[in-house]
Amino acid sequence: MSLIELSATQLLAELEARRITSVELTQACLAQIERHDGRVGAFLRVDAQGALQQAERIDQRRRNGEPVGRLGGLPVAVKDLLCSRGELTTCASRMLENFRPPYDATVVARLKAADAVLLGRTNMDEFAMGGSTENSAFQKTRNPWDLERIPGGSSGGAAACLAASMVPLSIGTDTGGSIRQPAALCGVTGLKPTYGRVSRYGLVAFASSLDQVGPLARTAEDAALALEVLAGHDPLDSTSVDRPVPNYHQTVRRPLEGLRLGLVREHFGPGLDGEVEQAVREAVRVYESLGAKVKQVSLPHSKYGVAAYYIIAPSEASSNLARYDGVHYGHRTDERALADELAAERQALGPGREDEVDSALVRMYRRSRSEGFGPEVKRRIMLGTYALSAGYYDAYYLKALKVRRLIRQDFDRALAEVDVIAGPVTAAPAFKIGEKSDDPLAMYLVDLYTVSANLAGIGGIALVCGYSSGGLPIGLQLQAAPFEEERLLRAAHMFQQATDWHLRRPKLP
Amino acid sequence: MSTPYEIVIGLEVHVQLRTQTKLFCGCSTLFGAPPNTQTCPICTGMPGTLPVMNRLAFELALRTAVALHCEVAEFTKWDRKQYYYPDLPKGYQISQFDLPFSADGYLRISDAKGRIEPKKVGIIRAHLEEDAGKSVHDEQAGQADSRIDLNRAGTPLLEIVSMPDMRSPAEAKAYLAELKLLLTYLDVSDCNMQEGSLRVDANVNLHITTESGKVVATPIVEIKNMNSFRSVERALAYEAERQYEAWRETGQELGEVPKQTRGWDDAANVTRAQRHKEESSDYRYFPDPDLAPVQVDPETVERVRSALGELPADWRHRLEVTYTLTPYDSDVLVNQGRRFVDYFVQLAELTGDGKLASNWMQQDVLREMNERGIDIVQFPIPPDGLAELLEKVKCGAVDTTRGREVLLTMLETGKTASEAMESMGIHALDDSTLIELCRELVAANPKLVADVKSGKLQAAGAFVGQAKKKNPNVNPARVREICLELIQQM
Repeated sequence: MSLIELSATQLLAELEARRITSVELTQACLAQIERHDGRVGAFLRVDAQGALQQAERIDQRRRNGEPVGRLGGLPVAVKDLLCSRGELTTCASRMLENFRPPYDATVVARLKAADAVLLGRTNMDEFAMGGSTENSAFQKTRNPWDLERIPGGSSGGAAACLAASMVPLSIGTDTGGSIRQPAALCGVTGLKPTYGRVSRYGLVAFASSLDQVGPLARTAEDAALALEVLAGHDPLDSTSVDRPVPNYHQTVRRPLEGLRLGLVREHFGPGLDGEVEQAVREAVRVYESLGAKVKQVSLPHSKYGVAAYYIIAPSEASSNLARYDGVHYGHRTDERALADELAAERQALGPGREDEVDSALVRMYRRSRSEGFGPEVKRRIMLGTYALSAGYYDAYYLKALKVRRLIRQDFDRALAEVDVIAGPVTAAPAFKIGEKSDDPLAMYLVDLYTVSANLAGIGGIALVCGYSSGGLPIGLQLQAAPFEEERLLRAAHMFQQATDWHLRRPKLP
Repeated sequence: MSTPYEIVIGLEVHVQLRTQTKLFCGCSTLFGAPPNTQTCPICTGMPGTLPVMNRLAFELALRTAVALHCEVAEFTKWDRKQYYYPDLPKGYQISQFDLPFSADGYLRISDAKGRIEPKKVGIIRAHLEEDAGKSVHDEQAGQADSRIDLNRAGTPLLEIVSMPDMRSPAEAKAYLAELKLLLTYLDVSDCNMQEGSLRVDANVNLHITTESGKVVATPIVEIKNMNSFRSVERALAYEAERQYEAWRETGQELGEVPKQTRGWDDAANVTRAQRHKEESSDYRYFPDPDLAPVQVDPETVERVRSALGELPADWRHRLEVTYTLTPYDSDVLVNQGRRFVDYFVQLAELTGDGKLASNWMQQDVLREMNERGIDIVQFPIPPDGLAELLEKVKCGAVDTTRGREVLLTMLETGKTASEAMESMGIHALDDSTLIELCRELVAANPKLVADVKSGKLQAAGAFVGQAKKKNPNVNPARVREICLELIQQM
């Protein structure tokens, strides 16, 4: 096997044994990117020089017998939503095309402290809003299994670069399924941790009460390794939880004895693709063969999940994105053109009616925001602004919060009966680029099986459990009680020990 | 009251809390630094940054709320108040909306001079919020540049909203003075209005009794931009008259027009209508998901309450009882602030004479402080130094008038009372010297002697005057006593 096909865990072992160097590995990744990313479009920017320098530094330290960090010399890709000191962090938006934060996101700082080689920044839906990465202001990302299809989103680049063997580990964010859904559609493993498990500091906020950083990897074992580096309390994030971080990478190999697996009645209703259902049910039989006891559970309010999500997430987004107004942050419109435009409008209206025209400040806000944001971001800002407006707040936002609480209660009840809930990640495999572009609602329903975990604040993992007749990956989702990432990872690893779906690689032209 | 209306006033006071650092980040809150030097990614709202609550700010706010007799909520949360303005970098202000940390308190106001009747002013709520930055409009040479200084952005503010319980500009001023005094006793704010540490907005309208005896309310007006307590008083007085005139012209009553905001123009002595803020009515408040709600257990409230110490009202009472001061005297002392009272108590204890200590502090110490533009902490003579002088006055070694001169010498030279008196040649005369002096005076003034003998005892005062001319160190009371004795023996 070539270097790029090995898992992160295997590669670290090779690096530690000094059978390979980080420079060799980094060069192999860069070569694979060079060869294929022109078609896949997973990366917005690749920092070949910086990566090789870092790789060289780590190799040097290893040669000198100095200690290196947990990810010493391992290339990692980072979603372009996580701030990196002095480097562009665009959120795939024209708005932040030139934004260079003067600070590291806590997760980026942790990756740096762990001596990872930061290879580049992956593409995404603008401000993480979307499920296909088609909403990136800069480029499309294609699914390595079928270049006509979307890789999922919003962490589409993060999943695609893994599937295309360009990098052994990648970091994404998940607000309504943005790690799990692209992981499933690209045939890799993606973990959304419990809300509060990983710091959000430096994650450019989409919906603060739902956003969570997590790893995408080829195996559960690799995801465990990454989570161990990412997780932990951060004094800079009041919502990060102060509780010990287990040795995920060590415990992931221990199979779960007497696993109680829950199947959610509501997950297997109309709308679920036959091949997906078959693959998920087959995966459940694999667990049974490993000694798991399967039980039916119910999440009666899950059918309201998407509706509640599309009130809460846009409401928070409308507030979080207010700062991109052209004054302090974000694209600012051409002010000379603006002044001319206003003068012309005032003249056209005639004397005494000047007040009907925007003030220069208001027009600057309007034009800057109109020009800087893409259509999906604008749609969500409008949805959220509406939901929070006086007279609508109770009917929309407050109601959605109540639904959210009920969804959490559903999970609490179900997860008292079973250890892990198993089900599909998406209703169907990856769709074609452009297929749902004209139907925002159909696009929103892509999140059907994933949003509930964000609303409830629990962790979920997606892993490939089969392929469609068209050769597209199908995902299995496992969900567990808050802070039971260890259990999720062990359950996923059990499955990957018994099957080899996760070892398949797409044939890139 | 000669006017046919009652003025109804409620006040909103913003107090900057005395913290070293801002409400949600570690930046300094020091006033007067060059623009944008006290900022960081958090208070400038950079993408991806998150707020973390300053515990001390919450503690200071809690102390204030308890002192205002507010109910402290066991559960309180943070909300985002959303509006667009260039000095608000996040596009929202972190504040508290429907669950403020405290509510339903009161503040007692009174006036020792009797200008207002004592009353209880209700406090609707007190909540914490972050300050915005400052816009600086530079319109020199036709260049309409606006600049933003974010040093102040994120500074902790306590907003204290009163009930509309005040019925005159004087009451409003008394409320503000008492509130400010309380805040300085609590040591939660420096209350400096010039530096913006204390800002006042007023809500005011009139209850007018019409000729038919019906009472109508005029529309409520919010007055902003009042930069001193004096301007609050004047603005309210002006606004009352303006509203009365406006009502007579238009007949507009409460509810018929939207609430108006007017700015006080101190130079012109008028309030002026301010432009309507666009869509200012809908702030789209919602709970800030970046901050955890704050739980306050009853033990914490009790701990804060028991650590409050004596507040102005307690001190006034104690000074009256312990040092037998009049309510007026205790009011003057207490209103000078906590340190001034501390000084007084030490002086009164050292001299054992509260009234004497009070007189000297109100007249001499205060005058010197004002003349020198210093506060009591900077006053060069410590309480024991002043006590030494007061002892001399008490025992008659020096009279009050000469004592004042001694005080001046002490202040100018840094000498102790004894040293100052010695340098001024003041020393107590022994009785034999005094008697000798008085004999001479009696012998030289037969006319005065006759007057005294005929019962005009006040004529004895003239002997005192003459004695002082001969020797400034004489004890006036003793001179009078000796002269009277000598005349009686004649």
